[in-house]
Amino acid sequence: MRNLWNHYRYLILRRVTQIGLLFLYFGANAWGWTLIQGNLSSSIILGIIPMSDPYAALQMLAAGAVLSVDLLIGVGVVTIFYLLFGGRAFCSWVCPINMITDAANGLRKVIGINRVQGIKQPASRKIRYWVLALSLIISAIMGVAAFEFVSPISMVHRGIVFGLGFGWAAMLIIFLFDLFVLKNGWCGHICPLGGFYSLLGKFSLIRVQHYEENCTLCMKCKDVCPEHQVLYMIGKESLPVLSGECTNCARCIEVCDDDALGFSVRNMAKNKKTGE
Amino acid sequence: MSEMKPKKKKQPMSDRRKFILNMARGVGLTAMGGFVWSAYVDEVTASSLVLRPPGALEEKDFLRTCIKCGLCVEACPYDTLVLAKPGDHKPLGTPYFVPREVPCYMCPDIPCVPVCPTGALDESSVTTDGNLDINIADMGLAVIDKDSCIAFWGIQCDACYRACPILGEAITIDYEQNTRTGKHAFMKPVVHSDACTGCGLCERACVTEKPAIFILPRETAMGKAGNYYIKGWDKEDEKRLENAEEIKTTTDLSKQKASDKLNSDMLEDLY
Repeated sequence: MRNLWNHYRYLILRRVTQIGLLFLYFGANAWGWTLIQGNLSSSIILGIIPMSDPYAALQMLAAGAVLSVDLLIGVGVVTIFYLLFGGRAFCSWVCPINMITDAANGLRKVIGINRVQGIKQPASRKIRYWVLALSLIISAIMGVAAFEFVSPISMVHRGIVFGLGFGWAAMLIIFLFDLFVLKNGWCGHICPLGGFYSLLGKFSLIRVQHYEENCTLCMKCKDVCPEHQVLYMIGKESLPVLSGECTNCARCIEVCDDDALGFSVRNMAKNKKTGE
Repeated sequence: MSEMKPKKKKQPMSDRRKFILNMARGVGLTAMGGFVWSAYVDEVTASSLVLRPPGALEEKDFLRTCIKCGLCVEACPYDTLVLAKPGDHKPLGTPYFVPREVPCYMCPDIPCVPVCPTGALDESSVTTDGNLDINIADMGLAVIDKDSCIAFWGIQCDACYRACPILGEAITIDYEQNTRTGKHAFMKPVVHSDACTGCGLCERACVTEKPAIFILPRETAMGKAGNYYIKGWDKEDEKRLENAEEIKTTTDLSKQKASDKLNSDMLEDLY
């Protein structure tokens, strides 16, 4: 039992956070709770602290909207939060799509699709940055926040809080895409919001740290990681994971049996490397 | 013929060629995705028959400013407002209402407007002398289909008139003699566009199977006279002339005289 907890503690915490947040948002609309109202695009905590999606605000800016003070404060709050706690912590701790793509990835392993398709992925993980740039260009040309009209993230989150409609189709599309077309397809290749937080996460203080001296090269961490390119240093060097593409999901930490991975704070990690 | 040239295919691709091809591939894919994406966005934002919450900016500005957070929906005590779901065929995620289902009850404190974090619902547009004033809201305009309105048939009904929260201003009753019977009166409802807020209480109250009075966005419901037609007897209206720009319309004059045209071509056709 203790072993089970050790191997899944962060996963359980993440699911609790993801579902708990969804529940709080849902309760705000259904039963008038005021702890956190709105949805992931923009919300307000206890009627006081505003939070707004900085990527949505960026698109609105490109579209030529006048950004209100409330919106800018909300953007500031979210930006500072994810600057400190790892940009893509949003992806693995908050975003509802994460549960769908994790499910697809899990099923992939169970039924062995990875073995049919082989290891070589047919698409680049840089696509998300192209999509990010493209979304801003289209926003500017069309005069509306372009990604916000197609985003399955807001579609699903809004759907769960305010009524789903055909939103289940968006969930199914993402699931099937990740299951049959591309491993980690949506979250790891295409999603421009993930791309945006990747850029933001470059500066984050919370980092996964590798301790090479403990590593037995079992490669469980690389196997479980949805962004395995960020773990290039495994078994080679004791380094912090500095790539913004790391989602701080901590799966690598909990699958490791040899204490070769753990969370650390950025500057402390640096000091360790130089031996200070 | 036996000395065949080595096939070009087998030569390894030069780095420069590879680079150019990869660039072309990236640009091509981006352009393809961009066009599909743009077409989709253009299509889903084209819906013009959508009724917005009070204080909403003009539709084009509203679409670029609304962040689709649903705080207005949560603030609405009557569950009037809903966010467009996939399948509603409205711009996705934006708030709207369907008056026949739940109209806007015109709360005096307008709870849906101040909560808007982006200003897509503009408080100043529903404020008079520093106080919120729902009576100046403009969500749409009631339109009456005279053919299906039973009051226009001569049957007595004033459901819309009674339901109107700005009773006697937004809807009034015109009395006319019913010449069919000679001894009854028509009591015909008339909507006044300067007072109507488009709340939809009339549409909700209408007794006909499909409402004979219904709300349309003002843009759709109203025409526009332009600057060339002025109420000359109205000093205020005459000021609009200042905005009028001169436009000269030029047309190609026919080089033939009308009589020539009639006499030449037409004759053959006639006989």
